[in-house]
Amino acid sequence: MNKKTSALLSSFVAAASVLALSTPAHAQVEIQWWHSMTAVNGEWVNDLAKDFNASQKEYKIVPTFKGTYDESMTGAIAAFRAGNAPHILQVFEVGTATMMASKGAIIPVGQVMKDAGVKFDPAAYVPAVAGYYTAPNGQMLSFPFNSSTTIFYYNKDAFKAAGLDADKPPTTWPEVVGAAAKLKASGHKCPFTTAWQGWTQLESFSAWHNVEFATQRNGLAGLNARMKVDSPLHQRHIENLANMSKQGLFVYKGRGNVPEASFVSGECAMINTSSGFYGNVAKNAKFAYGLAALPYYPDVPGAPQNTVIGGASLWVLSGKKPAEYKGVAAFFNYLSSPEVQSASHKRTGYLPVTTAAYQLTEKSGFYKEKPGTDVAVTQMIRKTTDKSRGIRLGNYVQIRAIEDEELEQVWGGKKTAKEALASIVKRGNELLERFEKANKS
Amino acid sequence: MEKRVVFRSGWLPWVLLAPQAIVIAVFFFWPAGQALVQSLQQSDAFGTSVNWVRLENFQNLWNDETYLASFKTTAVFSILVAVCGISLALLLAVFADRVVRGATVYKTLLIWPYAVAPAVAGVLWLFMFSPSIGIVAYGLEAIGVDWNHLLNGGQAMTLVVAAAVWKQISYNFLFFLAGLASIPKSLIEAAAIDGARPWRRFWTIQFPLLTPTTFFLLVINMVYAFFDTFAIIDASTQGGPGKETSILVYRVYYDGFKALDLGGSAAQSVVLMVIVVVLTVLQFKFVEKKVNY
Repeated sequence: MNKKTSALLSSFVAAASVLALSTPAHAQVEIQWWHSMTAVNGEWVNDLAKDFNASQKEYKIVPTFKGTYDESMTGAIAAFRAGNAPHILQVFEVGTATMMASKGAIIPVGQVMKDAGVKFDPAAYVPAVAGYYTAPNGQMLSFPFNSSTTIFYYNKDAFKAAGLDADKPPTTWPEVVGAAAKLKASGHKCPFTTAWQGWTQLESFSAWHNVEFATQRNGLAGLNARMKVDSPLHQRHIENLANMSKQGLFVYKGRGNVPEASFVSGECAMINTSSGFYGNVAKNAKFAYGLAALPYYPDVPGAPQNTVIGGASLWVLSGKKPAEYKGVAAFFNYLSSPEVQSASHKRTGYLPVTTAAYQLTEKSGFYKEKPGTDVAVTQMIRKTTDKSRGIRLGNYVQIRAIEDEELEQVWGGKKTAKEALASIVKRGNELLERFEKANKS
Repeated sequence: MEKRVVFRSGWLPWVLLAPQAIVIAVFFFWPAGQALVQSLQQSDAFGTSVNWVRLENFQNLWNDETYLASFKTTAVFSILVAVCGISLALLLAVFADRVVRGATVYKTLLIWPYAVAPAVAGVLWLFMFSPSIGIVAYGLEAIGVDWNHLLNGGQAMTLVVAAAVWKQISYNFLFFLAGLASIPKSLIEAAAIDGARPWRRFWTIQFPLLTPTTFFLLVINMVYAFFDTFAIIDASTQGGPGKETSILVYRVYYDGFKALDLGGSAAQSVVLMVIVVVLTVLQFKFVEKKVNY
């Protein structure tokens, strides 16, 4: 053995002994947390874990990024089947019904908190948020984590160039059409577009106008819910958008959040999308922009009501040791504090999920400092009705895909609004029936 | 006289076969068996409650119009991919075979796309054809073609076929090039002396001698179009607009891995398995008769 390698070896040995010493005699309980937060939001998740770990010595939260929402969910399901699932899994809202139906695989958050003896008051949560993650029997099933909703963004510079009042965004759909026509006349190629077309133009649209999206309180009351999106109001709205599309006032830019890029680039002047888009706009838009509430039809009684949530919640998976569940409860308790909630809200643009956190943020003057950031909150913090509490359907991922497919046929002029909506109902109901059957236990 | 080697011991042939047999069993028969079993079940995502439903998953498929439409889409897609991929590769190979100077450079460049992952290929083509920002879409607009594959099904199909063909062309090219190299020069020279022009030489000598290669590539390309293209579709069109580019394998992937309907997805893969087996048998039975070995 030459000198170099022996020196290297001895330094390894030293490092190893230091590592061994640094492990406390009384081992911490490790809690695995799988999430899907990227970039700035990923740093946020890591900071939450770091701060919690520093605040006490018994438990250690280990956050792991596991890909997009559907990837981490599929991954966790595979891990569960193989017997090494994480303790906490972040699941997006469309996966909620699937998680709820998997009774053997999850432990309700209410139960976890109760068993650990931690005080937990579901009433502290914003109704539209808490209601969404609560079972028909009133027990909270998952922990609301990052919630967003649909809002309206517009390009103030483009408004000015078109001779529109940049401080008066359109509040109704007829006004949107009027503004779009003016924008087009001023030479704008894409006056209006929408991201997440199913979520914004059908789901949120229904709640906002207080009409049913599906029966059984939009699926919250049971698995026997059926689609209702073929109502005259839905038809009117989709027809309206189809006409806008024909006239070049609405330009279709793709599924999911793909269209968002066309707003940031300045190509499209108005967009309906998630409130979580705010961070991107604030960072990348090279023009003056404004945030506003979703447009509505002024002649519909009860409109505007409230919008539905998107985003994700934290689910606790079964099959772990009691001590570990105590750690999960302690972590959730930490996350529920108004200070942590408010800081998260300001940092990410996700909604404050407790009323106390909203009040704390308001008191801090944040909404005055950054105008428009309260739009999403005020759209959500309202008394909800049975038709607007939220939408929770089985096979929701596929239903979203059906919405995309059928709406694309309308924008492409292949189907009328009536035909497409009838087809969404028919195809959606087949999936709902199948889900009901597969999950009957 | 045929020379035959006979094993004296009874177990040695089995031992020699074992590595391959094990690989096939673990990576093919076992998953295929699992798919068969799952296609008869319906379960929740975590597999905590499993119901045996006999053939209901298959019934659901037959009753689903969009699934039946997907057969047509798949047929159009795979025929286009196989025909375009093979003929373009043949054309390129014939030309590359004639090039005297810098042949290696051409060959290397043509083989390059094979190293690109399917998902990357999909994204690459998506960028080029992206309405209003893609370079090709921009150019098309300049010459008066309104390119929007987000709403135009035909254009979306063109996009995915182009990406899939581009990805596969190198593979086809390599085989054709090898095939051309193995044709004795003397045959072509003899024909040339007899006065046959290049076009005639190609159709009467080179192409017939390439039929084994072409047939092999036809089978391979069909299998490629059926199974290996879902990443391209997922990255570029996600099966849209509507279901215009939603081929069978993309639906298997989507329903299984995104929508977590494992029973339905397994039933679809069983159907797909049957189709490919039938297609391959048909190809070997009928097309192979026209092949000169």
